[in-house]
Amino acid sequence: MLRFIGRRLLVAIPTLFLVVTLAFFMMRAAPGSPFDMDRKLSPEIEANVMAKYGMDKPLGAQYADYLTGVLHGDFGPSLKYKDKTVLQILQENYKVSLTLGLSAITLAGAIGVTLGVLAALKQNGWVDYGVMGVAIIGVCIPTFVTAPLLVLLFGSILQWLPNGGWNDGALANLVLPITVLALPQIAIISRLTRAGMIEVLQSNYVRTARAKGLPAHRVVFKHALRAAILPLVSYLGPACAGLLTGSLVVEKIFNLPGLGKFFVISALQRDYTVVMGMVIFYAALILFLNLVADLLYAVLDPRVRLS
Amino acid sequence: MSTPILAPGSREGAALMETAVRGRSLWDDARRRLLRNGGAVGGMIMLALLVLVAVIGPHVVPFAYDQINKNDVWAPPLTAGHLLGADSLGRDLLARLLMGLRVSLAIGLIATLVSLVIGVAWGAVAGFVGGVVDEVMMRIVDVLYSLPFIFFVILLMVTFGSNIILIFIAIGAVEWLTMSRIVRGQTLSLKHKEFVEAARAAGLTQGSIIAKHIVPNLLGPVVVYVTLTIPAVILAESFLSFLGLGVQPPMASLGTLIAGGAQDMELAWWLLVFPSLTMVVTLMSFNFIGDGLRDAIDPKDR
Repeated sequence: MLRFIGRRLLVAIPTLFLVVTLAFFMMRAAPGSPFDMDRKLSPEIEANVMAKYGMDKPLGAQYADYLTGVLHGDFGPSLKYKDKTVLQILQENYKVSLTLGLSAITLAGAIGVTLGVLAALKQNGWVDYGVMGVAIIGVCIPTFVTAPLLVLLFGSILQWLPNGGWNDGALANLVLPITVLALPQIAIISRLTRAGMIEVLQSNYVRTARAKGLPAHRVVFKHALRAAILPLVSYLGPACAGLLTGSLVVEKIFNLPGLGKFFVISALQRDYTVVMGMVIFYAALILFLNLVADLLYAVLDPRVRLS
Repeated sequence: MSTPILAPGSREGAALMETAVRGRSLWDDARRRLLRNGGAVGGMIMLALLVLVAVIGPHVVPFAYDQINKNDVWAPPLTAGHLLGADSLGRDLLARLLMGLRVSLAIGLIATLVSLVIGVAWGAVAGFVGGVVDEVMMRIVDVLYSLPFIFFVILLMVTFGSNIILIFIAIGAVEWLTMSRIVRGQTLSLKHKEFVEAARAAGLTQGSIIAKHIVPNLLGPVVVYVTLTIPAVILAESFLSFLGLGVQPPMASLGTLIAGGAQDMELAWWLLVFPSLTMVVTLMSFNFIGDGLRDAIDPKDR
């Protein structure tokens, strides 16, 4: 187990290194600079500003400086937001994204597993066809279609819910963004659960449990479900990536002050340090979740032996 | 669905002949299963219609996609000769929608082709050569897999400005990873088959064994994955366009139309609803075909 974790961490290090390197040089290759203003800076001032941020040095030296900083947990100052470091910006904005992401995945997990189990128990019945039909539609409708359509319906026409804004995380403001984020995940999770459940229900040990005379609900929840949701665990990593991309759209449409919205704006404004900080943050998050998923898988499935 | 292509003029002898015969019947079987699948057939008909409309449509509609009509600003559907209405500049939505569909389908096809070429080459070489080469190549894929790719595509678009060629390359370069894994797995199981042994015994070079014997036999799973990659690519492009990083106006893609429609939806619902519907129908057709193909080619796999 420890060896497995160690090996995975060893793969994570070059990956993160690659992320930092790619992000650094791509950002620097971009035309324009963070100090492009409407009014042109005088050459002396520009030189001063560049020197302040160490950007007068050769690119290689800047890269070395940045790497050293990152290794010490210092992601540098923002180039656009005066007096703020990248870490401060991350800290101030991650809550919105985290709230949305966690609520969406929890909701999607609960609803998706329930629907998947129901569909599997009534395989080829109308419940099954209904759930799978909805799931196919759910997979095919992208977030940037559901989001504006739901805003149009519930916000503008029915006026039940606000069109957007954060409003200190008021529930009414959260309903639509979370729904939009959760819908595709519900679709995928219910499909995975149904497939896993159908397979497990035909297995010998479930038949044995039934033959022992256990009540149906115990067979389903205690014996079958535990094995059936295994594929879901390995879906954790991709789900997280999906939520991150989804949150880019959702934060834009609902005008929420989260990391996703920040990322696009910062990239367009050439705020090098903020963009790199976010890319590293997201990459680390995805790597971490993949590791967690693998470990969970091993804990839940006795057939898997990590070595 | 055409019948499979195996290396013609089989100078490699009986072993190959045998595979050719067996392969054919497998494909016939798959085609029968596919045609019995209602969803897949529906998807194919729908897709054929969409392609037809996207190719012919722009020449039939009386407006050009970028033609500004000052008198028709915000014209609702079925007024002033605009079947689906017009936008804030009086541009005909139908004309723009057909153009957008054409652009989205083209991007889907070309970017998928890019991913196909890279993925098949990478996976076939890794799987066939094996050993250290395989280990290194697949480790690279693993590393790339765990990158937050959409962010790099966004960075790419910001860095080099969005032009359509770059969109093809960027998305295609992202989508080849899964393809290479599938191809590698298949190659590993193919390379110990008798007909490959026979080819090797006949003195063929590794390169021509890969090109002539391995790649053609990968066709099944690759075709399935291609039909699932095209909608993923269309989705990725629309996503970029939605963030303002994809196709630039006045050119249209389904993504830019939906993004524009979302901005103007309070004033003109049709600008959001019709492009969204087109998008959903397109994605659904591809997904139904992909699912049907998967069931048909590999009935064990759900």
